[in-house]
Amino acid sequence: MDWFNLETLWFALIAVLFIGYFVLEGFDFGVGILTKVVAKDDTDRRVVINTIGPVWDGNEVWVLTAGGAMFAAFPLWYATVFSSFYLPLFLILVGLIVRGVAFEFRGKRTDDRWRWWWDQAIFYGSVLPALLWGVAFANFVQGIPITDNGVFVGTLFDLLSPYALLGGVASLLMFTLHGAMYLALKTEDGGEIQQRAQTLAQWLSMVVVVGVIAFLGWTYLNALALGDTGVVPGIIPVSAMAAAIAAALLIRERLHGWAFAATTAMIALVVLTLFLNLYPRLLVSSFGPAYDITISNAKASDLTLTIMSWAALVFVPIVVAYQSWSYWVFRHRVSRDSVEAPADTPLQVVDRRLAQARARKRQGEQEGS
Amino acid sequence: MEALEFARIQFGSTTIYHFFFVPLSIGLAPLVAIFHTQYVRTGQERYRRLAKFWGKFFLIIFAMGVVTGIVQEFQFGMNWSNYSWFVGDIFGAPLALEALLAFFLESTFLGLWIFGWDRLSPKLHLATIWLVVIGTHLSAYFILAANSWMQQPVGFTIDPVTGQARLDDFVAVLTNPYLVGQFSHTILAAWTTGAFVVLGVSAVYLLKKRDTEVFVPAARTAVTIAVIPSIGVAFIGHEQAQHLTEAQPMKIASAEALWDTDRGAALSLFAVGDVANRENIVDIGLPRGLSLLATNTLDGEVVGMNELQARYEQEFGPGNYLPPVIVTYWSFRIMVGAGMLMIALALYGLATSLRGRISSTFGFWNRSWLRVLPFAMALPFIANTAGWVLTEMGRQPWVAYGLLLTADGVSPAVSTWEVVLTLGGFTLVYGVLMVVTVGLLKRHIDKGPPEETGEEVDEEHRTYAPLGGSY
Ligand code: HDD
Ligand code: HEM
Ligand code: HEM
Repeated sequence: MDWFNLETLWFALIAVLFIGYFVLEGFDFGVGILTKVVAKDDTDRRVVINTIGPVWDGNEVWVLTAGGAMFAAFPLWYATVFSSFYLPLFLILVGLIVRGVAFEFRGKRTDDRWRWWWDQAIFYGSVLPALLWGVAFANFVQGIPITDNGVFVGTLFDLLSPYALLGGVASLLMFTLHGAMYLALKTEDGGEIQQRAQTLAQWLSMVVVVGVIAFLGWTYLNALALGDTGVVPGIIPVSAMAAAIAAALLIRERLHGWAFAATTAMIALVVLTLFLNLYPRLLVSSFGPAYDITISNAKASDLTLTIMSWAALVFVPIVVAYQSWSYWVFRHRVSRDSVEAPADTPLQVVDRRLAQARARKRQGEQEGS
Repeated sequence: MEALEFARIQFGSTTIYHFFFVPLSIGLAPLVAIFHTQYVRTGQERYRRLAKFWGKFFLIIFAMGVVTGIVQEFQFGMNWSNYSWFVGDIFGAPLALEALLAFFLESTFLGLWIFGWDRLSPKLHLATIWLVVIGTHLSAYFILAANSWMQQPVGFTIDPVTGQARLDDFVAVLTNPYLVGQFSHTILAAWTTGAFVVLGVSAVYLLKKRDTEVFVPAARTAVTIAVIPSIGVAFIGHEQAQHLTEAQPMKIASAEALWDTDRGAALSLFAVGDVANRENIVDIGLPRGLSLLATNTLDGEVVGMNELQARYEQEFGPGNYLPPVIVTYWSFRIMVGAGMLMIALALYGLATSLRGRISSTFGFWNRSWLRVLPFAMALPFIANTAGWVLTEMGRQPWVAYGLLLTADGVSPAVSTWEVVLTLGGFTLVYGVLMVVTVGLLKRHIDKGPPEETGEEVDEEHRTYAPLGGSY
């Protein structure tokens, strides 16, 4: 196992964190984008938003952890990536800001204009990061103009090559489809929202298949041109394409659970392809391999990596456990009935009276004792 | 101005903005948890209403804390890439641990708390808010461990090949003597902030004689809670000032506008300085006060800025090692002044509530005290901001004390116009959000606590029908 060392472990762990992020926040972005498509009125939008209400923030923490891990394990990588992708990152941040507050603030007032503004925030705040993360990751693999010690000497336009833009479009499409399947699973079975998500997903999935094949094909050609096809050139990207096709077929069959599993696998495998293509590099320099940022020239000290490894070993399983539990708690589907405040039914009135009586009784007992 | 100056303005302003929400989140979370605990224990309606009312208030604040925090996480790399490269080996680990141990905890369990009123058993549901409380405090600990290292670097060596700081001893980083003071001071400041906001809002209701059955207990809890941290923050601040005479003598000398080394130094109360000539024109002080404060003796020696400047020139070469004296001097006074006022208000409130009998109109308190409180809500925010300005600007010109100059920490790849553009962008977005947030909080306060109903879940945060529900 002479290939095994701490920096490889951390390369793998950061890949896992990003896969976790794109799989989880991927459907959040998709749901945010689809608020414009599958929701026809305010109640619909509330249903759609509430499917991710309890979980989106936890999903977002995956990227914070990934960023922190980049910082700790490969300081040079963190420093270079974040200063090179300065303006795209700024836009991602603005997107995440407006979208994050929108989820919390939207419901605070009922007037239409207020909600309209936050709906825009949710839509554009989801589109921007969904697109730009793809652009950023495509650039990692394709290479950007960085010189000695990771100093970026290009301009914004160097980051917007056709390949990078294709990467952005591919991520946007994949997340939207992933979000549609999430909605199909989380909204009323047979309900209108589910139906609209299904209809959209049927044709969108074909575009996704084309997009994924084109993006991964181009990635492979790029790698050939660089003379380095990564550690596992074949099986993973082919599986990613297969997952995309499987998703399209499963969606036709309306097997939503399986289709969601397929879109999950597709996103995970595409991200994995990119990381495997990179390894052992972290960021390719378009000036040639001498300027690449690699796991060995960017790595932190063994001590830091060891401490972080133990922390990850102990805490990642705990985090995964309680996050899964939270998904389990909110496993039910959300329907229009469930978010609309229905007029009080007699049964509810009785129910409420009973609850109040119980509370008073408890209070009386407390004071009596 | 160049990229450096704009980067500094950007970091300072976005961080101060983040820190409007942070202490309130840290300080309100335990209060919400306490109200919720009271409800679960006693079943009393008023505590449920309190938990709900402050819970919603907390969510607005927390959401802003979260989204502004994301900016912080990325900003080190965006604007301070040289700095990030230099300190990453030490600095990155607390940041990563903060996300792994604290942010996941906060965000997941807050989601469970908001949407879980009818999903979880009452005890389990109560546990979720306490886990959020733990999360916010853990998060403060790790980020302050990182900040303390910049103030007083410990447990590292400089890599002879690359010139980066390399970790030697992680325990030393986590038990940095600077961190002990900084963490306790910041947490106590946060609790003070939470208590004063609850007090201020409760006072609004008591003055209007609205929902007094809810806000008398709220104010009572808050005033009791306000006393301890507001006094504690002063004590710890004093400890930290003493520690500074060792760790960063320049900061404390500049905070006191002490130019020349002095035995039995006076505690400056008001000074007008001439920074160019390095002297004070007017200086009114409390004789021997500073020596007492800084060394616990009346004739202890306190080193002045002129001597420190000379020492640093010898050690690090020519340069200006003075922080912006006017800023540090006045921010120190503003913080301490605000702190003293808060101690007085809290003590008076507690004394009257212990002594006084409850009246139907204003609870335990008299009208003038209550009238001051809504304005006193500004005090902790002023003190928090002044405290950070002192801490961070007093560290200048260093970004990592004695190791890396701020000017050397900035990103070489980022041009001035890019920083200006993003600074403008953040200012715009943050400005709009501040207006919206204040508007929402005001609305929330006008609306008042929820009515007594048997229904647990509020309309906004419902994901299933109250009766039956569809699976
Ligand atoms: C003393 C405490 C403290 C300080 C000095 C800072 N923060 Fe903070 N931060 C918190 C205490 C906190 C918190 C209490 O944990 C927050 C505030 C409200 C909240 O939602 O969590 C938070 C939120 C928060 C988040 C969002 C977490 C989420 O999504 O749940 C991030 C990424 C950061 N912070 C990062 C930072 C960075 C990089 C800082 C350094 C400049 C920083 N914070 C200063
Ligand atoms: C949340 C409370 C904080 C506030 C209000 C705050 C405030 C400030 C201010 C006003 C500046 C500008 C100083 C100047 O340029 O003269 C600054 C700079 C800086 N601070 Fe903080 N800070 C806080 C916490 C932190 C923490 C926790 C860290 C690190 C973990 C940190 C790291 C830095 C860095 C890297 C700079 C830029 C370099 C510099 O200009 O000194 N700050 N901060
Ligand atoms: C009343 C007497 C007080 C004293 C003597 C005092 C002292 C200090 C000192 C010396 C520092 C600088 C520490 C450093 O550079 O690391 C500081 C920082 C700070 N102070 Fe105070 N303080 C007082 C009150 C307050 C109050 C009432 C608040 C807020 C409610 C507050 C909030 C802060 C904050 C947030 C910081 C920055 C974090 C830190 O460095 O600890 N302080 N204080």
